[in-house]
Amino acid sequence: MADIKVNNLNLWYGDFQALINVHAHFAQKQITAMIGPSGCGKSTLLRVFNRMNDLIEGVRVSGEVIIDAENIILPKVDLVNLRKKVGMVFQRPNPFPLSIYENIAFGQKVHAEGLNKTKLDEIVEDSLHSVLLWDELKDKLNKSALSLSLEQKQRLCIARLIAVKPEVLLMDEPCSTLDPQATSRIEELMRELKHNYTIIIVTHNMQQAARVSDDTGFMLLGELVEFGKTQDIFTSPKDKRTEDYITGRYG
Amino acid sequence: MRNTQRSQKIAFFLMFLATLLIVLPVGLIVVIIIQKGLPAINWQFLTDIPRQGMRAGGIFPAIIGTFYLVFGAIFFALPIGLLAAVYLSEYAKDNLLNRVIKLAIVNLSGVPSVVYGLFGLALFVVFLKFGASILSGSLTLGIMILPIIITTSREALESVPQSFREVSLSLGASKWQTIRHIVLPNAIPGILTGTILGLGRAAGETAPILFTVAAFYLPQLPKSIFDQAMALPYHLYVISTQVPNVDEKVRYGTALVLLFLVLMMNLVAIIIRTNFRKKKKW
Repeated sequence: MADIKVNNLNLWYGDFQALINVHAHFAQKQITAMIGPSGCGKSTLLRVFNRMNDLIEGVRVSGEVIIDAENIILPKVDLVNLRKKVGMVFQRPNPFPLSIYENIAFGQKVHAEGLNKTKLDEIVEDSLHSVLLWDELKDKLNKSALSLSLEQKQRLCIARLIAVKPEVLLMDEPCSTLDPQATSRIEELMRELKHNYTIIIVTHNMQQAARVSDDTGFMLLGELVEFGKTQDIFTSPKDKRTEDYITGRYG
Repeated sequence: MRNTQRSQKIAFFLMFLATLLIVLPVGLIVVIIIQKGLPAINWQFLTDIPRQGMRAGGIFPAIIGTFYLVFGAIFFALPIGLLAAVYLSEYAKDNLLNRVIKLAIVNLSGVPSVVYGLFGLALFVVFLKFGASILSGSLTLGIMILPIIITTSREALESVPQSFREVSLSLGASKWQTIRHIVLPNAIPGILTGTILGLGRAAGETAPILFTVAAFYLPQLPKSIFDQAMALPYHLYVISTQVPNVDEKVRYGTALVLLFLVLMMNLVAIIIRTNFRKKKKW
């Protein structure tokens, strides 16, 4: 199990500084929600943890992000290992245009080539169980994943990630394309999963943050303004800007 | 209000007319060639060697020669073109070198085919001493269709959604694994289309094979890639302009066979592509 310690983290897109001097500690077996208005840098922060920002040209990072005693922002970090450990669920459910089975087996295909079929079947079943899809889908594993409903797709994406056996789950507005019922079921799932994973969720939806998270961080213009117990942030914020945001005065 | 609707109707009608004009020549070509060529088609025509100074007999050596050349060209052009397309679409950064490469590809597709013929003559036939041979002709045709294959393959690769690459990388796949398992399989229909377009072009061109491989008259089949060969487009040129008193139906028959071959290739490509499309949708 891994927790994440962030010290003095700065990030620039070219000349624009998107993260300013961020300090935080993301605890294991907890859900931490990152809230803040669009463009405040919360998704950027999330993408530091699995180095997805590397895909963008002209990004520079300084500071420390410690996962398992390793500063993962250093260039020498093995990205394959890091991303096995720190997985991501995206805003739009994005299954591959493959069968349900192949989607979940994808991680094993790239990480453990030549795994025997029984073991692979087991991993697929376990992963689907852990996102509560097994009973629904066990008879149509060879169907295209694109035939599923949005909620099922997002669950499948989480299962595909769990099959890689990560320690940290990064969720970038995972419910923003889902209806309220589906959203609440995914939140239920997150509460289940937090016993085994460190979960960080970026969300626009403050009620969601209040409902599911143990810790909450509020970001504004690249700064982490306030970070603490969710209850404290929502009931007695210390910073005026946090209070303004959660009471809906801007954002 | 009524005025805008009327002018819209007129505009639609003109556009429809223009579209119809595209169909017209294609239809006419097919109809005329079938009408005049079909009487020549029989088993002997397809399987026999040319006889009586190419005025009778069949065109079998030319059909076989065209097959050799087309598949030779694809054999050289597909691997190189595909690798180049993968590089340009997945790895190349936007810098001067890569802009020069892209410009070169665009220009390569604009080179007149007779220039390819001369180039092939100079490089493969004379300098590399392959002689006028299937090897020289295939290489020349290969270079000619390279830009088609690169451009269509690149478009196919780039049309694979970026989000697929992101997810794959985020699951810890390396860049190459992402390309191999996710990007390439989803780009196959487009790559196939490009390949078949290239095939059709290679089958139909006369100028590039003129100096590099095509034989005026060769009663026996080629035995190795260093032999000369007859080819359908050149044979058609020869019997249409160089040999007097060739029956019209022999000429149109040859054209029909060539047209049929190219259309069949396209048909195969379309069938493969629709099958892939049915399976993969996003």
